[in-house]
Amino acid sequence: MATKDAPVTNPMIDPVTGEYRVIAPGHTFKSVTDKVSRIVLTSHTPIGWWFGFLLAGSIVCLLMVCMSWLFVKGVGIWAVTIPVAWGFAIVEFVWWIGIGHAGTLISAILLLFKQGWRNSINRFAEAMTIFAVMCAGMFPVLHLGRPWLGYWLFPYPNTMNYWPQFRSPLMWDVFAVSTYATISVVFWYMGMIPDLATMRDRAQSKFAQFSYGLLSLGWRGSVRHWVRYETASILLAGLATPLVLSVHSVISLDFSVAFMPGWHTTIFPPYFVAGAIYSGFAMVLTLAIPIRTFYHLEDLITIRHIDNCNKVMLATGLIVAYGYSSEVFMAWYSASHWEYFMMWNRMFGPMGWSYWTLITCNIALPQLLWSRKLRKSVAFTFIMSLIINTGMYFERFVIVVTSLTRDFLPSSWGTYRATRWDYGTFLGTLGFFTFCFFLFIRFLPMIPMSELRLMLPGAKVREKAEPHSSGTPVPEAGD
Amino acid sequence: MPLPEGLYCLMAEFDRPGDLVRAAQAARKAGYRRMDCYSPYPLEEAAEAIGFHRDEVSLVTLIGGLLGLVAMFGLETWIAVWAFPVNIAGRPYFSWPAFVIPAYEWTILWAGMSACFGMIALCGLPKPYHPVFNAPNFRNGATSDKFFLCLESTDPKFDVAESRSFLEAQSPLSVVEVEY
Repeated sequence: MATKDAPVTNPMIDPVTGEYRVIAPGHTFKSVTDKVSRIVLTSHTPIGWWFGFLLAGSIVCLLMVCMSWLFVKGVGIWAVTIPVAWGFAIVEFVWWIGIGHAGTLISAILLLFKQGWRNSINRFAEAMTIFAVMCAGMFPVLHLGRPWLGYWLFPYPNTMNYWPQFRSPLMWDVFAVSTYATISVVFWYMGMIPDLATMRDRAQSKFAQFSYGLLSLGWRGSVRHWVRYETASILLAGLATPLVLSVHSVISLDFSVAFMPGWHTTIFPPYFVAGAIYSGFAMVLTLAIPIRTFYHLEDLITIRHIDNCNKVMLATGLIVAYGYSSEVFMAWYSASHWEYFMMWNRMFGPMGWSYWTLITCNIALPQLLWSRKLRKSVAFTFIMSLIINTGMYFERFVIVVTSLTRDFLPSSWGTYRATRWDYGTFLGTLGFFTFCFFLFIRFLPMIPMSELRLMLPGAKVREKAEPHSSGTPVPEAGD
Repeated sequence: MPLPEGLYCLMAEFDRPGDLVRAAQAARKAGYRRMDCYSPYPLEEAAEAIGFHRDEVSLVTLIGGLLGLVAMFGLETWIAVWAFPVNIAGRPYFSWPAFVIPAYEWTILWAGMSACFGMIALCGLPKPYHPVFNAPNFRNGATSDKFFLCLESTDPKFDVAESRSFLEAQSPLSVVEVEY
């Protein structure tokens, strides 16, 4: 146990509660502002940033090559064919969208639950959401075969007198994902307005002052504005919460509305949402741990954050484990020959290795997170986050590919072997995601300063003195 | 309309949120109404102290959400029943359960956009120029670590000398005159 009766010597541990602090002691409004804004406003770009940025940029070039070749040759360059018509593209679509969900969970659901610790990590978790949704959004469009006609999905008056068909889950997807992308951007931008004003006021160069001035819309911190801003934040959080739950549910309906064994199940919506949050928290940690080390943000993104994220991963991981066991149980309990075979094929068929990888990465290894000591180990958490991300990739691979390879009729069975273009496109989106993230941490405040100020001990107006006692102000906690 | 000129407000700068709130309460008690507080993070107590309780963002959001709901459900119904009726596996043209999901998404989309842009519009933003930015100490502190109380010159009770001595009695860091 971290806190015995021995006197607490670690300054990061709050002696009253015995918990790790959310922010290291000794920070003031000014130190927090300085620390966060200096990362962006410095004229000295760290060499490590350039290295990462250029590496990610070259992977984006790979994505461009893969996409161009796809436009020239068509989806035949991928391994998609009959019976596996949904290959890597859909696996990756679901994987990326899922990663995005943790950002919304942190920014919206934890705000509604008044989880103050989320404040330090919510900005970049939201940024992660937006970039992940951008990556996800590419795949269905690339998968269309004729991607330049993607806009046909939207209802608009046209000379063909054609309108979309709203009874299909694929159509629902269009609205769920586009709404999700829009609301995420709006929420992210609105939350950033006060911080952009801080950047405007602290920037030295004319260009930076002009750009941040334009983006901050002339925010001046009037308390009347703050009241409206707070209302809008709470409302957006309240709207984003049902939205994020609906997005992955709608995506799961793409599968479960079909009659395919392994897809046609009612557990899909909740189990997809839990899996999304699971993988998203893993990605938050994958990003947060290197960034906090590189930019020395250990006193703003503390062990408390890492511990809490690990706890969320443990909890959602168990929900996902329940989902897997429910699938196995239903395969037996349904007494359906096809369901039974599907599960046998998943476990012991030619692609059984992917199922066992998934079980190892998503269920077996994460049980180590029960250990308090390991949850607080930064290196262990980083490795675990990579393992869970891999596991969640395999979950979608198992659902999409192994179900499709062997359906009802043995004569129509097939196999699936991804081509170099499949791998190239996936790697390319990873590069694109990282590339966007590098730009974000260089040009925008990655930690919300206005929300961090709220967490500081001096922020609260505790003692309400009489209006007349203007001579000697009552000292406030933390002063 | 000619550009306003002359004195916009007297602005007092405070180091701590509690000082600002007490000064704002005192100003309200003394009869000032046209005033504003500026803080680097949301400070509800200060808004209460200057008598700002209600905002219309919730109403705007509700209206936006309902419009989104009606717009999408109406569009789907019109398309499926009148504009482009297609027989999909014998389902009725008006298959409303399927229409619920896009309508639900658009309710959230429109409500969310209304909350954000409604908030911005109600605040009178974007407004790149505002007289408070003319105060020499404002941009140095208002968005990082200082708290400001601004008594506007249009207030009937405002008098430069009297208001200045009132503000100075509130133990501020400084009191400055802000021009348009």
